Amino acid sequence: MSLLVDIRLALGAFALDVQFEAPDGVTVLFGRSGAGKTSVIRAVAGLVRPDAGRIAVGDRVLFDAGKGVNVPVHHRHLGYVFQEGRLFPHLTVRANLAYGARMRGAAPDNLQQIVDLLGIGALLDRRPGALSGGEAQRVAIGRALLSNPDMLLMDEPLASLDAARKAEILPYLERLRAETGVPILYVSHNMAEVARLASHLVVLDDGRVLRTGPATQVLSDPALAPVIGVRDTGALIPAQVVAHAEDGVTELRCSGGPLYLPQIDAAPGTELRVRVLAQEVILARERPEGLSALNILPVEVLALRQGGGPGVMVQLRLGQDVLLARVTRRSAQALELSEGAQLWAVLKSLAVAHGDIAQGLAPAP
Amino acid sequence: MEFLEPQEWQAVALSLKVAFWATLLSLPVAVWVAHILARKEFPGRQLLNGLVHLPLVLPPVVTGYLLLLGFGRQGPLGGVLYDWFGITLAFRWTGAALAAAIMGFPLMVRAIRLAIEAVDPRLEEAAATLGASRFKVFATVTLPLILPGVIAGAVLGFAKAMGEFGATITFVSNIPGETRTVPSAIYAFLQVPGGEASAMRLVIIALIVAMGALILSEWLARRVARRIAGT
Repeated sequence: MSLLVDIRLALGAFALDVQFEAPDGVTVLFGRSGAGKTSVIRAVAGLVRPDAGRIAVGDRVLFDAGKGVNVPVHHRHLGYVFQEGRLFPHLTVRANLAYGARMRGAAPDNLQQIVDLLGIGALLDRRPGALSGGEAQRVAIGRALLSNPDMLLMDEPLASLDAARKAEILPYLERLRAETGVPILYVSHNMAEVARLASHLVVLDDGRVLRTGPATQVLSDPALAPVIGVRDTGALIPAQVVAHAEDGVTELRCSGGPLYLPQIDAAPGTELRVRVLAQEVILARERPEGLSALNILPVEVLALRQGGGPGVMVQLRLGQDVLLARVTRRSAQALELSEGAQLWAVLKSLAVAHGDIAQGLAPAP
Repeated sequence: MEFLEPQEWQAVALSLKVAFWATLLSLPVAVWVAHILARKEFPGRQLLNGLVHLPLVLPPVVTGYLLLLGFGRQGPLGGVLYDWFGITLAFRWTGAALAAAIMGFPLMVRAIRLAIEAVDPRLEEAAATLGASRFKVFATVTLPLILPGVIAGAVLGFAKAMGEFGATITFVSNIPGETRTVPSAIYAFLQVPGGEASAMRLVIIALIVAMGALILSEWLARRVARRIAGT
């Protein structure tokens, strides 16, 4: 079930003019604060009325300015997870979770499954005031899921949490994506979350769609570096776990060769997606010898992009995938980098953080 | 009852009856008006706010006289009520209930409105995304959260209704057994020689009711805060 958004909305001096399609899986709406992400997701939910355009989920039209269609919020069947949880303080966790079903006059049919998925079984009889931020946000996700939505809208659900709580919730979101099959529209300005969760990416800038497409493809575009931030730019490389060595190194296979990373908690055969930050990649003309870095892979230069700063973003072909490397202009000149050049890409194992490795990307069958 | 003479007991019982009906019937209207004033933007909002508060600042005698003009048998509203429903308000206890309700109304609306304004509208938004219609949002989220405020408003309104004097005596006079409430009875006892003892007993009753209502409504108001904190 895909979401189609084509809306225009004036908010004071700010104008939103956004068109994109979000297929199954997780579509991340990415952009700086003020880019219009929250306005878009609120329009999809029906909390804001666009001036013109159309919004549809599958073949269900939710908004069509031309035909005068504007389905009210409570009839849209979209679960909304807000930045601040917004649990009902007068209800227990259990009653919060059952709220959506109660509005339909039913009991939630998969309560136990969702409770297990989110690990909130021990919280059921508590009040929201007695929950930690991370717990409250998991309950909020469960509450939205249990309203049986056609699609889940998540507006920076991790933004109000500290790094430790984020790391605690991300695996649950990965399981959610893999196990429930509910399409998700996820608003974020955090590249690490995008790398972990996005199957599809919509990059917003100043109220407009700058780029949209599969996440691996969009993130391998060096032209987006100024929007994403050069330090956060990095390509996503699909890889499969091959084996775990006793010294704590996990061997993976990507299309361009073997990849050695610090121990990953996943069985051999598991499909992963590794985010390789452009600034962590070293380029060499000759295959280096006697180096501590474990990963030395053959690559070919596809494109070079020079921004206003001292760096050059180099797009590289790695097997069937694309890798990005960021080097200084001086290095680019010294190596005589040009399209088609054959190089070696060097990557320290430890330069890939655990948080940059995404699991469970294959959608539920 | 030993403490009270039959005449005095009659006034207390009548006051309780008048205050009970005044509170019961005006409470839903007060919740509705408070909700509109707290949450809706519409032309005439300030006018409505002014009208609601008018009985608080007008001399009660004026309110009573306006009620008499409007709800007397010959009045535009009183005439309709009598012709269509056979209801008479002027010089009846029902009229005393109406006067008490109108005088207590601003107090009720204020208490309930404060409670509604303390409810985070984002919770109501969240309820809507979960499939709750506007009415269900109100019934399942707003109302439970403001319930202590509603009760506090009702207690204040009840106490005001028990003590209403000026509008009542102007609108429905001071008829023993029909419209002689506690304040009217106190006034009447003070007009006759030797009535001081009766008046004093009723004054004590009035004090107890008023203090009790204030303490109760304070206690309930504190519960609003705790309930919204959600612990």
